[in-house]
Amino acid sequence: MTGEAPLLSARDLHKTYGPTPALDGVSMDVRAGEIVAVMGPSGSGKSTLMHCLAGIVRPDAGELRYRDRNLITASDAERSALRRREFGFVFQFGQLVPELTCLENVALPLRMEGVRRGEAERRAAHWLDRLDVADVAGKRPGQVSGGQGQRVAVARALVTDPAVVFADEPTGALDSLNGELVMRLLTECVEQSGTAVVLVTHEPAVAAYSHREVVMRDGRIRTSAGMVQ
Amino acid sequence: MSLSHTLLGLLERGPRHGYDLKQEFDAQFGQDRPLHYGQVYATLARLLKNGLVEVDAVEHGGGPERKRYAITASGVSDVAKWLSQPERPEAYLNSTLYTKVVLALLTGRDAAAILDVQRAAHLDLMRELTRRKTRGDLADALICDHAIFHLEADLRWLELTSARLDRLAEKVRS
Repeated sequence: MTGEAPLLSARDLHKTYGPTPALDGVSMDVRAGEIVAVMGPSGSGKSTLMHCLAGIVRPDAGELRYRDRNLITASDAERSALRRREFGFVFQFGQLVPELTCLENVALPLRMEGVRRGEAERRAAHWLDRLDVADVAGKRPGQVSGGQGQRVAVARALVTDPAVVFADEPTGALDSLNGELVMRLLTECVEQSGTAVVLVTHEPAVAAYSHREVVMRDGRIRTSAGMVQ
Repeated sequence: MSLSHTLLGLLERGPRHGYDLKQEFDAQFGQDRPLHYGQVYATLARLLKNGLVEVDAVEHGGGPERKRYAITASGVSDVAKWLSQPERPEAYLNSTLYTKVVLALLTGRDAAAILDVQRAAHLDLMRELTRRKTRGDLADALICDHAIFHLEADLRWLELTSARLDRLAEKVRS
């Protein structure tokens, strides 16, 4: 894996909000199939880094590439299309659409890409099954437990077969057992599909599911260690 | 872990030969470090001397004689006492790290780097335990969890110390 070109490559990224530098010269790569944990205390810049890598936030300076695409100069529309087609997202509180059923929530990214309803829901059902929440397909997010909702969110992130999943504190709102289940299923699925994961967390037990970690402090990467497969 | 008490506890379930005790110990607790036969027989000899076990039977076969050991009443109360007492929390690792960090600050070395290296080593071990946990059975998972939670506590200490290095430097250098 180390010989392959990285999927994501960031060099000397800078991003400032007001007087405070959120990113102060960050460089890192993400390769296909690897799970990279981004760790650090609150305010260290880890979420800003994730948002830049995912094309949500545009850095003020630096170089940022996804495969052969320049994410700094790409238009908003290009970045938006990239997020829909190539990336998946899991947030701390699931952020499922409350009016839709869990099945419809998982099918949503496919529907937004023009996949017909029947096909989208067939693929969504497959992922609900993989995440062991097939039984909540017809329920709305408000009717399921936090752990089930987060597994639905993981299914939604994976349904488009993304190259990279960005997970921001994916177990932050869950108890230990449910957090462990979400991480185990997420890592099993991405290991089988070769999907890379950028995992933002301040919890060591969650970071332990990664292949390596980068630790941020004051907008910079303190250390990068761990196994590279 | 007290090997004497563990072997006594296994014997409480019924008399065993030293060989069987080792096998049972390894199956239950020896995931990381299986026992040497020498450890088993030396421990049994000590327990015998202290009256906590007795020789239940001696078998004479073609080879050396085989002794079967049984727990005594004193042995049973010894195990019960051990089980009822809490273990002393281990504080040794953090005091060693604290010594290193203070020495680094006193000698003008990079104390944060010591914490970074330790964090990476802790996370590597947590990864290994997490992999083992997801592949093993419930008993293995519980043993791994125990180690993971301890590592997690150390990591919290590393993070807090890392955030307080400036204050610590002022204090130790004053």
